[in-house]
Amino acid sequence: MKLGRIRPFAAVAAMGALALTVAACGPQNADGGDTGGTTGGSDEPALSGSIAGSGASSVEAAQNGWLAGFAELQPGVNVSYDPTGSGTGREQFLNSTVVFAGSDAALDEEELTMATERCFGGEALELPLYISPIAVVYNLPDVDVENINLPAEVVAGMFAGTVTSWDDPAIAEANPDVELPAIDVIPVNRSDDSGTTENFTEYLSAVAPDVWTYGPIETWPIPGTQSGAQTSGLFDVVSGAEGAVGYIDASRAGELGTAAIGVGDDFVPFSPEAAAAIVDASPATEDATDLRLTIELERDTTEAGTYPIVLISYLIACSTYDNEEDAANVAAYLSYIASPEGQDRAADPEVAGSAPISDDLRTRVMAAIEQITVAG
Amino acid sequence: MSAVSTPPRPVRRTRRLPSFVPWAVLAGSVVVGVLLSLLSGELTPTGAILFGAVVYAIAITAISASVEGGRWARDRLATTLVTGAFLIATIPLISLVALVATRGSLRFGWRFLNDDMVGIFGAMTEGGVYHAIIGTVYVTGIAAIVAIPLGILTAVYLVEYAQPGPLKRAITVLVDVMTGIPSIVAGLFAYTVFVIFVGPQYKSALIGGVALALLMTPVVVRSVEEMLRLVPNELREAAYALGVPKWLTIVKVVLRTAIAGITTGIMISIARVIGETAPLLVTVGLVNNVNFDAFDGRIATLPVYVFRQYAQGGVSVDRAWAAALTLIIIVMLLNLVARLVSKFFSPKGVR
Amino acid sequence: MAAVTDEPAIRRGPAPGRLGNSIFKGFSLGSGIVIVVLLGLVAGFLLYRSLPAILASREQLEGVGFMQGRDLLSYVLPLAFGTVLSSAIALIVAVPLSIGIALFISHYAPRRLAQGLGYLVDLLAAIPSVVFGLWGVAFLMPLVGPVFAWLSENMGWFPPFSDYQAPARNLATAGLVLAVMILPIITATIREVFLQTPTLHEEASLALGATRWEMIRQAVLPFGRSGIISAAMLGMGRALGETMAVLLVLSPGFVINFFVLQPGQHQSIAANIASQLPEASGLGVDVLIATGLFLFLLTFFVNLAARAIIARRAEFSGAN
Repeated sequence: MKLGRIRPFAAVAAMGALALTVAACGPQNADGGDTGGTTGGSDEPALSGSIAGSGASSVEAAQNGWLAGFAELQPGVNVSYDPTGSGTGREQFLNSTVVFAGSDAALDEEELTMATERCFGGEALELPLYISPIAVVYNLPDVDVENINLPAEVVAGMFAGTVTSWDDPAIAEANPDVELPAIDVIPVNRSDDSGTTENFTEYLSAVAPDVWTYGPIETWPIPGTQSGAQTSGLFDVVSGAEGAVGYIDASRAGELGTAAIGVGDDFVPFSPEAAAAIVDASPATEDATDLRLTIELERDTTEAGTYPIVLISYLIACSTYDNEEDAANVAAYLSYIASPEGQDRAADPEVAGSAPISDDLRTRVMAAIEQITVAG
Repeated sequence: MSAVSTPPRPVRRTRRLPSFVPWAVLAGSVVVGVLLSLLSGELTPTGAILFGAVVYAIAITAISASVEGGRWARDRLATTLVTGAFLIATIPLISLVALVATRGSLRFGWRFLNDDMVGIFGAMTEGGVYHAIIGTVYVTGIAAIVAIPLGILTAVYLVEYAQPGPLKRAITVLVDVMTGIPSIVAGLFAYTVFVIFVGPQYKSALIGGVALALLMTPVVVRSVEEMLRLVPNELREAAYALGVPKWLTIVKVVLRTAIAGITTGIMISIARVIGETAPLLVTVGLVNNVNFDAFDGRIATLPVYVFRQYAQGGVSVDRAWAAALTLIIIVMLLNLVARLVSKFFSPKGVR
Repeated sequence: MAAVTDEPAIRRGPAPGRLGNSIFKGFSLGSGIVIVVLLGLVAGFLLYRSLPAILASREQLEGVGFMQGRDLLSYVLPLAFGTVLSSAIALIVAVPLSIGIALFISHYAPRRLAQGLGYLVDLLAAIPSVVFGLWGVAFLMPLVGPVFAWLSENMGWFPPFSDYQAPARNLATAGLVLAVMILPIITATIREVFLQTPTLHEEASLALGATRWEMIRQAVLPFGRSGIISAAMLGMGRALGETMAVLLVLSPGFVINFFVLQPGQHQSIAANIASQLPEASGLGVDVLIATGLFLFLLTFFVNLAARAIIARRAEFSGAN
């Protein structure tokens, strides 16, 4: 077997050589971490250890910002977030693979009972810490107005296939000063199941149930449509076809035109403030508790200055952990995210462009986080 | 080989076209192609080349048929088609490499290779793939350590030892089936095996390595098997006649003769798995920092890094292209080493 | 008795290398058996994880959002159709091209050039599928768009070409990307086989006055036939299970038809798993694994059929 052994050895040697070459130089920012430590006189105790989280990819950008910010605050704690998707995140949280999760949807009843077992007899925390507007984007290079005005029924009609041309009278009526091209509307949806789709269709069925008859749904119900995988896939499709219209996390709208959505008699373009306004105007869900701060969004609101198409991503954690380290680290990390610094960092348009939570919501979130204890 | 590839002048005298004719026809076809492209609308390079190629194929065949007769015309047509196939294949290949090189060079560089993603967020253009390179080397290395010996030994069994019968048939068929395992299913399999035997919290490069080994083994078996079958029986018989034991014959004669082909096969199998994204997505996940422990903790890998950075959009897309470029360069280096090894070990005068 | 004292000329004792022989044979056999066991484990695991989905009632399956009220069979069939159709397009395009390229490298290109070209093709086998996906979106889609539009306009009476809608996120584009992806693997395998054609056969053919093309038809192609089928199978195996490229290029749908130029009609099993798995939970995961099992069975029977084709022709092998 002499010759047989040469091959794996050669391959391994090649890889080893490669690893050595790279390892010799090392990461240049490796020693930058512990010098830039404590900022702004934080007198919190220095923590250590590592905690892992996974879940919704919609919060990936914000999580990256929080990870960096938290590392300055608590350099001894190694936090990671794996953007596996909401469903996998909840599953990994419930089978104890991770200690916290991000999810675009709240836990359902079955998951809540599983959560009690996973949380060593405690309860699950569900904290709405990421509020992000979803923009309706379009690709009309010849239209140079800042936002096209789209009434709710027209948005629903475009995606349901009843409004098929950009010079449709309903669009023209809402945009008297804009010369609309006579090209086909190409609706573009997400091809993967996503919280963005669910929130968007929830909006459509709330404001225009006669036009959008499919209800709130995670999977796109209409066959024969253009679609793209993930946020960037959808962005690529809309950018690639004139006349395309899609829905996308507002911070990722980039160069595309964004629509001002009809609310009441007004047309509201997306903005963090308008998105935060709708959350404050919405009641809690029926089964919400002091620990599970789930919100029933009032999509069909007519209140001026609110932007009704938003996505809420919950951070899910346990009220009880089996060891001191996890409990302290999770509490510290969640407190940082809820703090004004954490929320402002995510709100930076260059980070995630989300809407910061209100002070009232922060007070309730902080009260919930204080409940995190060690199983005894 | 070069002596063979130019057919000797046939004994029976046939009229042949002078050697400048194909070139003249080619030049003429290019002109006609440009004209036809103009006629059909606007002049595009794609259109001109397309029309020109068709015109050339028809013209050279017709001219040859009228001067040299049907047999030589068919030969010329075949030459045109074979060369054409090669040229068509170079279009995606060159465009792909050019695309990755140009898009990737925006971020690619020494810093990119030596930086990880700790503390990188938002519109920051820093950050790199150091941690992902380590991860890819670990995961692929584990897969190779498992798959290469397993694959070669299985191929040796199939070709040299197995008697026709149910076991041989079963292994052959199952190896074929294994080549068709969707990569994501291999990932799920590895994941569940470790969930059952180690526990759901356990995540490491090892799981990814097992998933990739599952994908890599059949490719190694198939290509090694194919190469071993091409070793002439005369060589084996000559070795036996000299009293060489069977296992030494296999090692010293059969494997040695086929080593160039085996190296190619193994290169392809490593190439097949080093860029696998789906199974690593479900097994090893992604982290921002370096993990030097192959047996504990999540680890970043280049393909997953490419996919996630691309999916994030914005400035991250540049990092995705640069990481893709990194991945391709690593594979090129691996290939180069494998080539040299193959050249060094290949017995002289085999081809 | 006498033999004890009379030492014969030939050395007695065990045949040389007997120990090595049995150890080596044992290892080889063991490896083969490991593969069988491994595959059994994979199949068993898939079945085990699929059972809840297969046994689930209609009402339970209606709780799985992405199935949109379908039962398991009517969920799997369109996916299987899309998978096979995309692979078929890929093979139809890739196999003839690969044979041409392999011939060019092995018998047409100058020897010095041929090695470099072979190296180039090998390198392309190494390009990760996710990069092929990016390439499909950034390069191929704009390139084939006008061609598809022309086809649809002028040959729209032929159903598969009807009603093209830009951008070209349809099954034809996905099939073309797959074709490019499997091209290097098929070519590399075929080329190796072509290069092994006995020189004597080739020279004999040429000596009889054959043209180069006749020599190839008489000597090279028959010799390489099993290699070509095996290469095509390798390619098909990769095309059937390919995930990322299809995921990035295709606008998926769940219809069984041949309208390969329209978006939102087809989807492949693997891309569907990758696209739905992150957000799936509970029974949804089992359903997706059940589709994975179906893909597994599909490749099983495709490969079985291919083997039957090879077995009908005498295998070309130096070792039989």
